[in-house]
Amino acid sequence: MLKAFPENLSIGVLVIIHRSPKYETNIEESIGTKCRIAIKVAEEKEPIKPATAYFAPAGYHLLVEPDRSLSLDVSEPVNFCRPSIDVTMQSTADVYGASVAAVLLSGANQDGAQGMQTIRNAGGLCIVQHPEYAEIKAMPEAAIARGAATLILNDEELVVFSQELNNHILKRD
Amino acid sequence: MGISFENLEELIELINHVHGFDLRGYTRASLKRRVAHIMELYRLDFNNLKDNLVNTSGFFNRFLTEVTVNVTELFRDPAFYAALREEVFPYLATFPHIKLWSAGCSSGEEAYSLAILLKKQGLYERSFIYGTDINSKVLERAKQGIIDLRKMKEYSDNYLQTESGESLSEYYTVRYDAAIMHHELRKNILFSIHNLVSDGVFNEFQLITCRNVLIYFDLTLQQRVLKLLYESLAMFGFLCLGTKESLRSEQLKHKFRLINKKQNIYQKIA
Repeated sequence: MLKAFPENLSIGVLVIIHRSPKYETNIEESIGTKCRIAIKVAEEKEPIKPATAYFAPAGYHLLVEPDRSLSLDVSEPVNFCRPSIDVTMQSTADVYGASVAAVLLSGANQDGAQGMQTIRNAGGLCIVQHPEYAEIKAMPEAAIARGAATLILNDEELVVFSQELNNHILKRD
Repeated sequence: MGISFENLEELIELINHVHGFDLRGYTRASLKRRVAHIMELYRLDFNNLKDNLVNTSGFFNRFLTEVTVNVTELFRDPAFYAALREEVFPYLATFPHIKLWSAGCSSGEEAYSLAILLKKQGLYERSFIYGTDINSKVLERAKQGIIDLRKMKEYSDNYLQTESGESLSEYYTVRYDAAIMHHELRKNILFSIHNLVSDGVFNEFQLITCRNVLIYFDLTLQQRVLKLLYESLAMFGFLCLGTKESLRSEQLKHKFRLINKKQNIYQKIA
């Protein structure tokens, strides 16, 4: 999906992956060279810019401030996860309301289901990867079971969605 | 139960007004989560919360305990402690007396980790560690030096990564389901209330750790607190920030030498 975003993507992207701070990963660098949007690790108090994807650093929750800058938090893990998808989704819904598009992909627990619900209740667009296309089905299935999915897309459709995101009618404010 | 950003502002003003406690420089997203959590915990709506903050004696203290993040570990980030031992302690060893400050110490795990590390290097006897926090309840726990035994397994792993082949068990006694830090380790530690937002310099230190505290402050408050930390450091003293925090201003960067970029350790040089 990150590779499919156009270079003039009009919105910023927050990326949460479950990873442990005990093992170093350089996903941002390895993906960065293959994308047309900027890819980076989120820094605290950094303003969110369009055409940029911000990865939550391992061991920190990623939050959005009312002035639309990013902040980090080392409070208790949620769903045994820090970063937790629920935490970031909730925070994004708090600030952006209906103008959020959320995508929940493969994963091994229920993290994200509640966050998707919150975004959907706020009027945002909630897309879940079709569980059959997910490496681990638990996470997309949990969101679907909660009724938190606006759309359920397969991988090709997710790519098309990403390519066309600028043309989607996201409520911008 | 949740709280809107507007209500959060009202609450911040109320707390400042009634309790003289200044949360205005705290990042809102994190604070909002904590307050929502408190409302859920005590089953309060916004009006009840305000009512309790004004009228229920002792409630504000409980609020304060929950509103700040008190997540900490012994030897959290083993690589940080290894860097201290390798790159900072050789300098510290040249001072006749070593004063250390664990700022925002919560329940004291960082102060105890420093004490163990100093002891291991033979520096503890001429060291004194101050652990400070805004929260009297967590400081009580810190003073007792009691740690949940269930967490000790993880902490022992942390310690193993810091000092290979060494065991934490020589520093505590097990009683029921708790690990109690040895008195020997506690004698040169003082835990006390200090608010980085409203209190000033109280001593001069050779080493200050203030890790994962600034992330909860806005940029203006971060600058102010960094100035306080700078002024609290002896010349050639060391400042340790959280891995995702920074000195921010160029002006301040010129007054420090970078010791370890990844672990965010600086030495005051001007």
